[in-house]
Amino acid sequence: MSDAPAASAAVEVVGVDKIFVGKKKATVTALENIDLTVAPGEFVSLIGPSGCGKSTLLRLIADLDAPTTGAITVFGKTARQARIDQEYGIAFQQAGLLPWRTVAGNIELPLELHGVAGPARKARSAELLALVGLSDFAESYPDQLSGGMQQRVAIARSLAESPRLLLMDEPFGALDEMTRERMQTELVRITAETGAAVVFVTHSIPEAVYLSNRVVVMSPRPGRIRDILTVSLGSAAERTDQLRENEAFFENVSRVRELLHGEAPVGIRGVETR
Amino acid sequence: MTAAPGSSTRAKPPRPNDAPRGNAALKRVAFGVGGVLLLVALWELYKAVGPAEGVVVGDLTILPRTTDLAMPHVWDMITRLFGETGSGRNAVPVWSAVLEASVFTLGVAAVGWVVGVVVGMLLAVLMQRFRTAESAVLPWIILSQTVPLIAIAPLVRRWGSQLEFGDFTWENWMSVAVIASYLAFFPVSIGALRGLNSPDANHVELFRSYGIGWWKTLIRLRLPASVPYLLPALRLAAANAVIGTVVAEVSIGLRGGIGRMIIEYAQQASGDPAKTWAPIFGAIAVGLVAAGFIALLGVLLRRYRRGEVPA
Repeated sequence: MSDAPAASAAVEVVGVDKIFVGKKKATVTALENIDLTVAPGEFVSLIGPSGCGKSTLLRLIADLDAPTTGAITVFGKTARQARIDQEYGIAFQQAGLLPWRTVAGNIELPLELHGVAGPARKARSAELLALVGLSDFAESYPDQLSGGMQQRVAIARSLAESPRLLLMDEPFGALDEMTRERMQTELVRITAETGAAVVFVTHSIPEAVYLSNRVVVMSPRPGRIRDILTVSLGSAAERTDQLRENEAFFENVSRVRELLHGEAPVGIRGVETR
Repeated sequence: MTAAPGSSTRAKPPRPNDAPRGNAALKRVAFGVGGVLLLVALWELYKAVGPAEGVVVGDLTILPRTTDLAMPHVWDMITRLFGETGSGRNAVPVWSAVLEASVFTLGVAAVGWVVGVVVGMLLAVLMQRFRTAESAVLPWIILSQTVPLIAIAPLVRRWGSQLEFGDFTWENWMSVAVIASYLAFFPVSIGALRGLNSPDANHVELFRSYGIGWWKTLIRLRLPASVPYLLPALRLAAANAVIGTVVAEVSIGLRGGIGRMIIEYAQQASGDPAKTWAPIFGAIAVGLVAAGFIALLGVLLRRYRRGEVPA
């Protein structure tokens, strides 16, 4: 775990439990005893099988839900204050663009809601559109874009207010494999350019390994952190598409897989043979 | 409502149905005209071949009589529109009398529609905001529509006549408008509630993550998202307002509108059967104008109808 002091940590989760109370007082323990620290500028993936609480943890950090016990701080503030102060940008599995707004209008939405003046908004959306490579589509409407393009707009929108923290809940989950890999490469570049810390929920092992500085492996029922794996695949500039063919990459993939399954893997593809 | 009229100028990738649009519009008009002609043809065909005393099984008439009294020729109905209303000195062409009555009815219906839309929207917003309000109010809204119009008309009139403040006095046309709004608010409240609740959890949480309160979320997210649900509701409300106005004119006995005219002309039906149809055409015209207005509204709001849900 990171040694960064609490005040400067991007996210600090201490002793968090989340218990959902369902019908007839039936309780489901979604998260149990979670401790996690994310340093500024660090890319941390949460990975685990369905029901391990990874999305719940992200929602707690985003203050879309409150922990049952424990404390969450974001840049030294409570999660609620951090949300109100717009300390984070968020992207979901569904792009969630407003269909009646143009691409530029969608990116400018948070700025507009927070009272940023027109010209400044325009400048910022132009900048972000260039960043995600959609400058030609500023005046298009979401229904005219492909899924991958919509997701890029959603990412641009999450970056609109230059947050120091990005929360992403399987943002590439609905994309095809090729688009997905291209988006991953772009995300690495974008986070390197913006210097934002990222908490990234995924259920894809290669995605987690490719993107992250650290991979948090979670286990279900109740959701716990099983282990945290530090991935050292070099800086963003070094993480090109070639990395996907790299031995170190496969080694990390297989380590994550071992942790996920909780046992030594048998005949992992591409590890022993290379 | 399937096709949104109006062209999108900013669409970069052309929409697949862009090219044949002019053609499609023409086709739709042709189908519309064809439908009316078909109706006319059926009417005249039955009148020509049907038995004069109708088709009677036992004591039950299952098809109407085809006499000129029961089923005047379509061209007689149209010619009658251009005749005089009577033989007196005040006689005017029938069409002009019908037009005047139609405008009057349309005006009252419009007031009823506006009141109904405002009330319906307020109820929907209230129900969206408070779950308890939804459980408490929704059954009453549904129940309200089971009360027959004829029953509430005299009540509204009596209550209205007791209202008095300053120079304001309640007039009969206001009672009619209130009854029209009583029919109009219902589809609006139901449609708007569905529409206001239509944004994805995704969108709602996005606004929450922006730290945006309920009111601003209503204006910026829920209202725009409700447009595809609201437009069919507004159209229903318009039709209801017109029907409500015509019927309420009859039950309240308000002069000057189509409703009263239908009754008056029907009383002359034995001597002048074609004349009865003139105010009915007027009522249809009022309905068409109301529907046209909603279509226009739909064009103005077309930005909010992208990815329209099948209503």
